Amino acid sequence: MLDARDRQLLAHIQLGLPLCARPYQAIGDAIAMPETEVIERLTRLKQQGLIKRLGVIVKHRPLGYNANAMIVWDIPDALIHALGTQLSRYEFVTLCYQRPRLEAWPYNLYCMIHGKDRATVLAQLAQLDSACQLADFKREILFSRQCFKQRGALYPRASKQRAYG
Amino acid sequence: MDNIDRQIINHLQDGFPVCAAPYQHAAQQLGISEAELLARLQALLADGTLSRFGPLYHAERVGGALTLAAVKVPPERYDEVTDIINAFPEVAHNYQRNHVLNMWFVLATETPAQLQQALADIEQQTGLPVYNMPKINEYFVGLRLEA
Repeated sequence: MLDARDRQLLAHIQLGLPLCARPYQAIGDAIAMPETEVIERLTRLKQQGLIKRLGVIVKHRPLGYNANAMIVWDIPDALIHALGTQLSRYEFVTLCYQRPRLEAWPYNLYCMIHGKDRATVLAQLAQLDSACQLADFKREILFSRQCFKQRGALYPRASKQRAYG
Repeated sequence: MDNIDRQIINHLQDGFPVCAAPYQHAAQQLGISEAELLARLQALLADGTLSRFGPLYHAERVGGALTLAAVKVPPERYDEVTDIINAFPEVAHNYQRNHVLNMWFVLATETPAQLQQALADIEQQTGLPVYNMPKINEYFVGLRLEA
C-alpha cells in the first residue's frame, strides 16, 4: 500500500509543511520528486486515510481548553459498539476508543471531553449519561492536571528531520 | 489571538488544500491575503498555539504502533518518573491525571516490537508496572476544537 517514495514523502513532511507559496514544490525539490507527483501522492494518501488530517494541529491549552476529562466505562461487550458509535456523535466528545480491560483496570470504553472548564465538562457528561443510559455502568472520570509533553506522534522516523516554521 | 486567527484555526484543522498554491487558495476562502495567512501561521507556531502545521498520520496504517499507557506513580517520585518517561523519544504525550493511576502517556513507535521494548524499558527504569491499553476500536470523531 505504501511504497518507498510514499514513505520518503511522509517522513519528510511529518514535522510540518513549508510555509511558502508553493509548499509541494519545495517538498518535491527536497526529495527529488516533481510537484505534480507530490500532489498526486498526498491526494491519494488522504483518500486512503493514511493521512487522517492535513492542516493545523492545535494545542488545547492555549485555546482555553483547560478542562480535559478522560472518562472510562466498563460496558458489556454486546453493547460497546453501539454505545461507542453513539458517544462519538456528540460534538464535545473529542476521542472515543475501545481498549482492553485489564485485571487492575477493568474499563473498556474511553472517551475524552475537552472543555473550557470542569463544570461544563461535567454537564456534558451528565447529558451523555441520560441520553445514552450510561449511569448504571461502572466508570471513572480522570481530569488532567498538567501536560508534560505534547508533541504529537511521529512516524515514520525520518533519517533527516526538518522542521518548518 | 484575534478573530482572523480563530477563523484560520477553525477552517484549517482539516482540509488544507492539496494543490499547487494551497495557501493562496485557503487565504481566498478566509478573505485575507496569502502573505497574511503565511505570517499568521508562522506567528501561531512561534507562540505555541499550534503544535504543528502538517499531517496527522493513521499510525497503524503507516506501519507504526501506538498505545495508551499508565503508571501509578508514588507522589514523592512524580518528578523523577516524569523525567525518566519523557526522556523516551517514543513518548508522544504525557498527562498527569487526578487518580491513583496518575501518569498517562501515549507511546508511538515505528514497529510493534519497538513498542513492547519501550514498555519493558520503562518498567525496568522506573521499577513500576506499566498498564498497557492499546486501542481495539476507534469510534470516529471529527476532533476539532473551536477556537
